[in-house]
Amino acid sequence: MTAQLLLVQALNGLQFGVLLFLVAAGLTLVFGVMDFINLAHGVQYMLGAYLGASLAAATGSFWLGLLLALPAALACGLALEWLVFRHLYDRDHLAQVLATFGVILFLNEAVKVIWGSAPLQVPIPDALQGGIALMPGLVYPVYRVAILAAGLATAALLWLLVERTRAGALVRAGASNRPMLAAMGVDTGRLFMLVFGCGAMLAGFAGVMAAPILSVDPGMGDTVLILAFVVIVIGGIGSVRGAFVAALLVGVIETLGRSLLPDVMRLFLAPSPARQAGAALGSMLVYIAMALILAVRPRGLFPARAG
Amino acid sequence: MTGALRAAALPLLVFGLLAAAPFLGLGAGWAMTLLARAMILGIAALSLWLVVGGAGLVSLGQAAMLGIGAYAVVVLDAAGVTEALVVTPVAIGAAALFALATGAVAMRTGGVSFIMITLAFGQMAFFTASSLAIYGGDDGYTLYGRSTVAGARWMQDRLAFHYLCLGLLLGSFLLCRMLLASRFGRVLRAARENALRAQAVGFEPYPYRLVAYAIAGGIAGLAGFLLANATEFVAPSFLAWQRSGDLLFMVILGGLGSPFGAVLGALAIVLLEEWLGHLTQHWRLIFGPLLVLAVLFLRGGLVGLGRRHG
Repeated sequence: MTAQLLLVQALNGLQFGVLLFLVAAGLTLVFGVMDFINLAHGVQYMLGAYLGASLAAATGSFWLGLLLALPAALACGLALEWLVFRHLYDRDHLAQVLATFGVILFLNEAVKVIWGSAPLQVPIPDALQGGIALMPGLVYPVYRVAILAAGLATAALLWLLVERTRAGALVRAGASNRPMLAAMGVDTGRLFMLVFGCGAMLAGFAGVMAAPILSVDPGMGDTVLILAFVVIVIGGIGSVRGAFVAALLVGVIETLGRSLLPDVMRLFLAPSPARQAGAALGSMLVYIAMALILAVRPRGLFPARAG
Repeated sequence: MTGALRAAALPLLVFGLLAAAPFLGLGAGWAMTLLARAMILGIAALSLWLVVGGAGLVSLGQAAMLGIGAYAVVVLDAAGVTEALVVTPVAIGAAALFALATGAVAMRTGGVSFIMITLAFGQMAFFTASSLAIYGGDDGYTLYGRSTVAGARWMQDRLAFHYLCLGLLLGSFLLCRMLLASRFGRVLRAARENALRAQAVGFEPYPYRLVAYAIAGGIAGLAGFLLANATEFVAPSFLAWQRSGDLLFMVILGGLGSPFGAVLGALAIVLLEEWLGHLTQHWRLIFGPLLVLAVLFLRGGLVGLGRRHG
C-alpha cells in the first residue's frame, strides 16, 4: 500500500462521489420539495445509461449519444411524472414507496425485454482515451478525470441555479415550508414538474457518464439507489449542498474502505480471514458512518426543512 | 356481534383455505413448497406489521432478524445440534436480542432516519453473514435435512410441515392481535397517533416501542428458522435489503389497518408472482403496474377491500 495507490483510490472515490451526487441531487430535491419518496429514481440513472449506450451506438458518436440521451431522459422522467407520480403527491410515504417499487419492477423488466439481460459495453470516446501522468509513475485515466470535472461543473451550475435564481429560491422555499409556499400563490404543480424533470435529467446524465466505466445492466439502478438514499439522509433531506458534501464523503469512504481495509486487516489477521473481514468491514463502513452521523445529527449535516 | 363476526370472516376463510389446501388439489410437491414459503413470509410480514402498523415505525431492516433466525439454524447445525426444541428458542432469542440492541439505538431517531438506520443495521448484518467463511460466506450453507423434533424427523413430512407453518402463522397472527388489543398495544397505538399526547398523559413511548420491536424481531427469527428448514439452505441473500423491502411491500399491499393485512399481502405477492411467472417469463411487466394500480385504487390495502363492501 503506497501513497500512489492511496491517491488513485481517493480520486476514484471522488469520481464515484460525483456520480452519486448527480443521482442524489434530484432525489433530495424531489423528496425535500415535494415530500415524495421516489424509489424509481435509480431507474432514471439506468435509463440514462441505456439511452446513452444505444444512441451512441446508433449515431456512432458518444457525444451525439450524450446530447440526445439528455432530452430523452428528461422526456422519460416527465412521462413517468404525468402517468404515475403526480397521482401520489397527496398520499402517504408508504403508498409512494409501493407504487414507485412497481415502477422499478416494470422498467427493469422492460429494459431486459428491449436490450436483453447481458451487460452492454460502451467504448470510451476517442478524445478521452489514455491517461494523464499525475506524478512520476502514476497515470490516471483521462475519462475518469473528465467525469470528475463534468460532475463538479454540474454541481457548480446547480448551485448557481438553486442559490442565485428566482426558480431556485422557490425550490428552496418549497424544501423549507411547502404549504407556506403554496399559500403565497406559487403554482407548486409547475414547480414540481420542473424539479422532477431536472432530477430525472441529472440522474440520466450520471448514467450516460458512468456507462463506459461501469457495466450497463438492468440492476444497475438498484445499487445506486440505496447509496443515493444514504447520501441524502446524511446530507439532510432537501439540501443540495448537503447532498454534495455527503456524496463525496460516501464515495470516498466506500471506495477507500473496500480497497484498503483488506490490506489494513492483514496487519492484525492471517491473509485469508483478513480478506474476508476486510471486505465485509469495508462494505459496512458507509452504513456505520451513516448510523454515527444520524445518531449525532438526526436531521443530517445540513437540514433544509424548517424545524 | 355481527360486526365482530364480519371482521373475523376473512381471516377464518383464508386460514380455512390454507388448512384445506393439501386436499383441494394443492397436495403436489411444488404447491406445498410454494404454500409453505408464502406462510413463512407471512409470519415475517406479520412481524414487520407489528413495527409498521402497530408502532407506526417504518423499518427497512426486518430481513436481518429473519436471517439471524436462519443463521441460528446454520450455526447450531455446524455444531451438530439439529434439535428443533433447542434451535427454535435460540433462533427467536438471537433475533429478538439483535432487535433489542439495534432498536435501542434506532429508536432515538424517527421518520426517515429510522428507516435508514434500520437499513444500516440490516446491511451490517448482511455483510457480516457474507464474510462468515466457515458458514459458506457468499455461497451459503446447505443443511442436510430438516431439524428434528424431540429426536423425531417428522418435519421432513410435507403435510406435517405444512400444518406446522400454518399453526405458527395462525399463532403469530393471534399474538399480534392480542398484543394490539392489550393495554400495551393501546399505548403503542396512542404513541403512533400522537407521541406528544401519549407523553403528556404519562406514557413514554420509547420502552413500549422498543419492546414491540424486540417481539417483532423474535417473530421474524421464528420465520427465519422455518425458512431455513423449508429450503434446507441458508445464504446471505436472506438478509439482503431487497428482502426487507419485499416484506415492507407485502405489509403495505395488505394494508396497515389490521395484522391480517400482512398475511394477506404475503400470500397475494408470493402466489401472484408464481402464477404470473407461469404465464410469462416477463411477469414483472404485469406485476409492476398491478402494484401501482393497487396503490392508486385500493386505499387501505387488500384488507380494506373486504371491509368496504362488507
